[in-house]
Amino acid sequence: MFRKTGIAAFVALSLSAGGAWAAGAEGHITDVAFSFEGPFGKFDQNQLQRGLKIYTQVCSACHGMQYVPIRTLGDEGGPRLPEDQVRAYAAQLEIYDPEIEDFRPGIPTDRFPKVTSAGAPDLSLMAKKRAGFHGPVGTGLNQLFRGMGGPEYIYSLMTGYHEVPECAPEDFVGNYNAAFTAGGFPDACKDENGHHTVPGSWIAMGQPLWGDDVEFDDGTTATLEQEAEDVAAFLMWAAEPKMMARKHAGLTGVIFLTALSVLLYLTNKRIWAPIKHRKD
Amino acid sequence: MSGIPHDHYEPKTNGEKWLHSRLPIVGLLYDTIMIPTPKNLNWMWIWGIVLTFCLALQIVTGIVLAMHYTPHVDQAFASIEHIMRNVNGGHFLRYLHMNGASLFFAAVYLHIFRGLYYGSYKAPREITWIIGMLIYLAMMGTAFMGYVLPWGQMSFWGATVITGLFGAIPFIGEPIQTWLLGGPAVGNPTLNRFFSLHYLLPFVIAALVALHIWAFHTTGNNNPTGVDVRRTSKAEVERDTVSFWPYFVIKDLFALAVILVVFFAIVGFMPNYLGHPDNYVEANPLATPVHIVPEWYFLPFYAILRAFTSDVWVVMAASWITGGIVDAKFFGVLAMFGSIAVMALAPWLDTSSVRSGRYRPMFKWWFWLLALDFMVLMWAGAMPAEPPYSTISLIGSAYWFAYFLVILPLLGVIEKPKAEPVTIEDDFDTHYGKAEMPAE
Repeated sequence: MFRKTGIAAFVALSLSAGGAWAAGAEGHITDVAFSFEGPFGKFDQNQLQRGLKIYTQVCSACHGMQYVPIRTLGDEGGPRLPEDQVRAYAAQLEIYDPEIEDFRPGIPTDRFPKVTSAGAPDLSLMAKKRAGFHGPVGTGLNQLFRGMGGPEYIYSLMTGYHEVPECAPEDFVGNYNAAFTAGGFPDACKDENGHHTVPGSWIAMGQPLWGDDVEFDDGTTATLEQEAEDVAAFLMWAAEPKMMARKHAGLTGVIFLTALSVLLYLTNKRIWAPIKHRKD
Repeated sequence: MSGIPHDHYEPKTNGEKWLHSRLPIVGLLYDTIMIPTPKNLNWMWIWGIVLTFCLALQIVTGIVLAMHYTPHVDQAFASIEHIMRNVNGGHFLRYLHMNGASLFFAAVYLHIFRGLYYGSYKAPREITWIIGMLIYLAMMGTAFMGYVLPWGQMSFWGATVITGLFGAIPFIGEPIQTWLLGGPAVGNPTLNRFFSLHYLLPFVIAALVALHIWAFHTTGNNNPTGVDVRRTSKAEVERDTVSFWPYFVIKDLFALAVILVVFFAIVGFMPNYLGHPDNYVEANPLATPVHIVPEWYFLPFYAILRAFTSDVWVVMAASWITGGIVDAKFFGVLAMFGSIAVMALAPWLDTSSVRSGRYRPMFKWWFWLLALDFMVLMWAGAMPAEPPYSTISLIGSAYWFAYFLVILPLLGVIEKPKAEPVTIEDDFDTHYGKAEMPAE
């Protein structure tokens, strides 16, 4: 009932506001079955290494990862690069050192560079600062069952560059993306109530991945979907590098506390027994 | 401790006597932990221990987090990432602290609604109730300021919106807001004072908790029947009560362990579920988030704050009477604080002579409607401030005030309560049988 009234009221509001407010853009999000989902899910080390390669060869041209220490590439529960590879990886990065007031080759204790040249957002926390799943109607049930959807959002963004909808004027600024909701949207693609007739909006970033952008060391075929999934997984690790340790600690806590609950339950039953079933 | 007669601590050895004659601290602890407690307390009486645990958890994790956190606008956000990535166990400590706040509020709401249902606020426990409300206010202040510390987008804009409430006070609002913020807008002085107060207030809460416990240990616990413990003799007391240790300590710890299983599952498997993704974006005074939403535990009161828009007749009337001094914004602020004030006044607004809702056939319905109202307001607070949500918020807010200001006073007059059991012992025995029936 609320929903019906809601829709009716919403239509009325949109009409009166001349469509200025419009229904917020809806993005199309694909639910990907990532290996790290669920209480027992783990990062796939090979996938993270593939994602790192994509980040290095494609993303890092414009985006930085200022909060991620390079040494963590060798950490357990992460891409787990051997120590010499971490060193070599660091060395090929140009790091600005405020002490010498100049750039120098990186060392593992540095963090990934902060890249601001292209005005592109930092990717350190991208998988946590975007949510793919919402609702329904503010109840949070979707996030409860499907997760916050950060990596799914990244996957959908990477694979969301579709042909420009016919309704849009040819000179509309940006690139059409079916998952991106925060960009410009042509009035020509709204119906008379101001509702969007196509999902997504127009994003400044050009399509970064097309398939075959990198050659994977483990022989995996670099299709667009594969690349999108790998880079999304890598960025999830970059945002939450301790996820494996966290789930492990959580599980340990759950197991110990369950055992403690059972013991306390039995203790409680026993000490109350004479009170509850006293014979007098 | 005064109140219910019971055995007191008797120092036995010379050492114990020596200490007891100088500082009777062991006696104080003994009396506190051995307090006679109504034996019919049900599972809604476990929240006190859960809340005590939450306070301890927040203080312990908070102290460690403060060792690694930097309260400066340029470094706060980065220092959180430092905790998440470089500090040993830092990620888990932070998630415990973050979700600990949610557990704290979930427990306090259940604790408060328990009190509302069983009439725990009624004489002679008014002081316990008032201190409880003060604890709740201090908790809200602490949680709000804590949420500002990570210096994400929601931190910044939440601080801007909430301190803006004080700016709505007529005439003196703006100077007060500037004084609170330490400047014209939310900035480094704000972050610094919020950090300082976020560290201080939990200890104020701890002191208030001591008073809260002292107060209800003087009056004795309420219980599901609302009937007083017979206290003319120790033998009578023993028929109605058992000592807190071990009976209720073990029972409450069992409940706490079960709750912590769920808590650890949330912290371990979905620690950001109750948070907002925008708070992983560093604060940016130049970019306002589309949707500024407080944490879930503030949502019911946030809904009340936003419900009174300028087209509501009470707001128009208030504005007309005061010659425009009370505008919609100020009215909303008054309503939000008023909603907690009326709850604090419940001991004097409830006119019924019967404490427990169990024996109040009409009250029961209104009470459950209030609980539902609270959930609806929480939901409405998360939705955008537009129809139909604004209308739902308004109806919900109206009921909240009506419950305390109209329904509670009236019910005491018109309701015909059912018969209460004569003693706590009677109530207990109807549940568990007096004879050797092997119940359960």
